[in-house]
Amino acid sequence: MTESRGAAVRYENVQKSYDGETLVVKNLNLDIPPGEFLTMLGPSGSGKTTCLMMLAGFEPATHGEIFLNDSPINNVPPHKRGIGMVFQNYALFPHMSVAENLAFPLQVRGMGKAEQEEKVKRALDMVELGGFGSRRPAQLSGGQQQRVAVARALVFDPELVLMDEPLGALDKQLREQMQYEIKHIHENIGVSIVYVTHDQTEALTMSDRVAVFNDGVIQQLSTPDELYENPQNSFVAQFIGENNKLSGTVTEVSGTDCKVRLDDGTELAAEAVNIEGVGSRTTISLRPERVEFDTDQSMDNLVKGSIEEMIYLGDHIRVRMNVAGNTEFIVKVRNRGQRRDLRTGQTVEIGWAASDCKALDAVA
Amino acid sequence: MTTTDTVSAAAPPADPPPQPLTTRDGIPLKVSLMRALRREKMRAMLLIAPLLLFILLTFAAPIADMLFRSVENGIVSNTLPRTVEALADWDETSGEAPGEPVFAALHADLLIATEKKTHTRLGSRLNYEASGMSSLFRKTGRRAGRMDEAEPFKAQFIDIDDKWGEIDTWQVLKTFSPPLTSGYFLNAVDMELTPGGIEMKPESERVYLFLFARTLFLSLTIMGCCLLLGYPVAYLLAALPARTSNLLMILVLLPFWTSLLVRTSAWKVLLQQQGVINDFLVWTGIVSDAGRLVMINNQTGTIIAMTHILLPFMILPLYSVMKTISPSYVRAAKSLGATDWTAFWRVYFPQTVPGIGAGSILVFILSIGYYITPELVGGTSGIFISNRIAYHISSSLNWGLAAALGVLLLAAVLLLFYVYDKIVGIDNVKLG
Ligand SMILES: Nc1ncnc2c1ncn2[C@@H]1O[C@H](COP(=O)(O)OP(=O)(O)OP(=O)(O)O)[C@@H](O)[C@H]1O
Ligand SMILES: [Mg+2]
Repeated sequence: MTESRGAAVRYENVQKSYDGETLVVKNLNLDIPPGEFLTMLGPSGSGKTTCLMMLAGFEPATHGEIFLNDSPINNVPPHKRGIGMVFQNYALFPHMSVAENLAFPLQVRGMGKAEQEEKVKRALDMVELGGFGSRRPAQLSGGQQQRVAVARALVFDPELVLMDEPLGALDKQLREQMQYEIKHIHENIGVSIVYVTHDQTEALTMSDRVAVFNDGVIQQLSTPDELYENPQNSFVAQFIGENNKLSGTVTEVSGTDCKVRLDDGTELAAEAVNIEGVGSRTTISLRPERVEFDTDQSMDNLVKGSIEEMIYLGDHIRVRMNVAGNTEFIVKVRNRGQRRDLRTGQTVEIGWAASDCKALDAVA
Repeated sequence: MTTTDTVSAAAPPADPPPQPLTTRDGIPLKVSLMRALRREKMRAMLLIAPLLLFILLTFAAPIADMLFRSVENGIVSNTLPRTVEALADWDETSGEAPGEPVFAALHADLLIATEKKTHTRLGSRLNYEASGMSSLFRKTGRRAGRMDEAEPFKAQFIDIDDKWGEIDTWQVLKTFSPPLTSGYFLNAVDMELTPGGIEMKPESERVYLFLFARTLFLSLTIMGCCLLLGYPVAYLLAALPARTSNLLMILVLLPFWTSLLVRTSAWKVLLQQQGVINDFLVWTGIVSDAGRLVMINNQTGTIIAMTHILLPFMILPLYSVMKTISPSYVRAAKSLGATDWTAFWRVYFPQTVPGIGAGSILVFILSIGYYITPELVGGTSGIFISNRIAYHISSSLNWGLAAALGVLLLAAVLLLFYVYDKIVGIDNVKLG
């Protein structure tokens, strides 16, 4: 079952407003190829659930068209779309046993009893809940309920499964375990999955591609590594992973390289990603783990800073520094065994490559 | 406390394998746990003790007293103790009135009774069983003091009223002389205690069984009507956005703010033959002027008015249950391929069953004991058993019969509860 049997989804110029005054989704264009695991990631209220509900058919699009396998579905009622869905609170029917829950989508499709049982059993085995068929949902733990919900959304072999923060209610450890389980199920079955979360780690570990939402707009749509390595704007840089911000003005641009003068006068070499040209304001984004204490003169950027605070975290040490007037400048030092001679209050030189610091749009 | 201790301590684990768990100081865990819980319980009991006492005194005690009245029959043996004793030797199948000793005892009893004026009460009580007893006792009471103690009493009594010579009179006295009686209950189910045993009353005198049946039937009908009308309203209340649903909720509660009498009278205005609805139907030509519908002072009137009055009691429990049903269940059902109807019937409706149970029980119990509305709009064909109870309490003053009817009503409700519990399960009821 490794060949893809997923559905293709396309949003075309989709807009959505609930009250006729504000647009919750502003001109969404999104193309999801068959079999992809796409995650919608974004802060609360950014319109992720709304996008998912429009796809599932529970909210009408105010404008634009959504296509499922190239046919428009705006006027198809939810029960005819054949889309599996996992809800945040699981929405397992409390008055039915686990097996009845799983058999429900098969019953409404008029499937024969024997085939139903066969499929229910297979779905339960898939999520490793073989012996739990006769239990009520209330008699299961959170993680088990979650797996039943996933099994129910998959049991009728949909081509597309939507999941709206399905792991939100679980504790960290269980959440991580479930992330891998869902990922494996996706790999084995090959359905398309549209997954909503506001947990960036979850998005990065599970997805083929991530759509970062903010304010009803997709800020960036890329693979997880792209998203982390090459954020297209300050919001994405800020939202994904940890990030140091340095504000300044562009003084020189040559191709993808540029020079930026920070507000305290420091000159930095950076990669021009999202700037308007010489003289414009910019925010430099720099990942904490790309900053080195072992500087050498060949480095593109060498800056002095004072150590404000050090936190020992086992595999690495977090050093909070004051660099170019930014007192929240974080450096992560990998713990290599030999204790570095760093002390609070010390002024040291740090350095990084120009390609690691991106000149992005200015934030206020 | 000590008893449990010694019992458990005296029974150490005989067979080694299933060692019962003990606490550190060797007390079995179960005992220790029970002790801890009991302390909690005692404290809780103390907290509610005043309320418990209040309820016992003001609620349980009057009910118990009322229930007792349905079998209590001390009046004959209290008023005529010597007569009752003397009557014990009399054989009622002999076909003859009792002999002189009984009459002498009766005379002695009556002398005391007339002084305390209790003989009229005894008369009215026995009048329930045989007519004429009331006047017999009043008449005899007036002249008991003037009897000649030297002469035989029997002749003097028969002289006052021939009834004293009749065997029926004495049979009634003897039948109702024990301090407890089943007479009220038999009466309440249209039976009577005759000297020959328990029999159904003559066809023409039977009323209560039929009234019970009608009460049950009408209550069930009203319950059904409330459910049919209340379910969609409760659904709207739960589904509409807060502002609209608050307004609707006020409308639902509005009837509570007007007097019951006003509401019932309003139905009289609407439903009577010269009333608004009939006028409208005649005006539109749906019914002819001669064929105006009779909708009040009969069962229809009772059903309509009671459904209106009890509707909120159905809507509120339903609403409180529906409010807790997340809309994501229906959405989930639809996303799994269910049509709107299937989603409602297979997923939404079963989850509202606790609300339906609660609302139905509430409406049913309220309506089975209702009497104001049936009294006002029910005419003769729409009255309930409670109207008869009210009548016996306040007009005929036959409290024993009223109590017996009440007990039967209570028993019927408990029986229905039991049946409901067997079918649906009582823990499947959610009152809010
Ligand atoms: N039924 C509704 N009626 C009116 N406004 C709504 C409705 N549902 C959502 N909104 C608004 O639309 C915006 C986007 O909501 P949405 O639920 O899509 O956010 P989200 O990205 O899923 O957030 P979260 O991560 O908190 O779930 C929010 O501002 C919200 O207030
Ligand atoms: Mg959401």
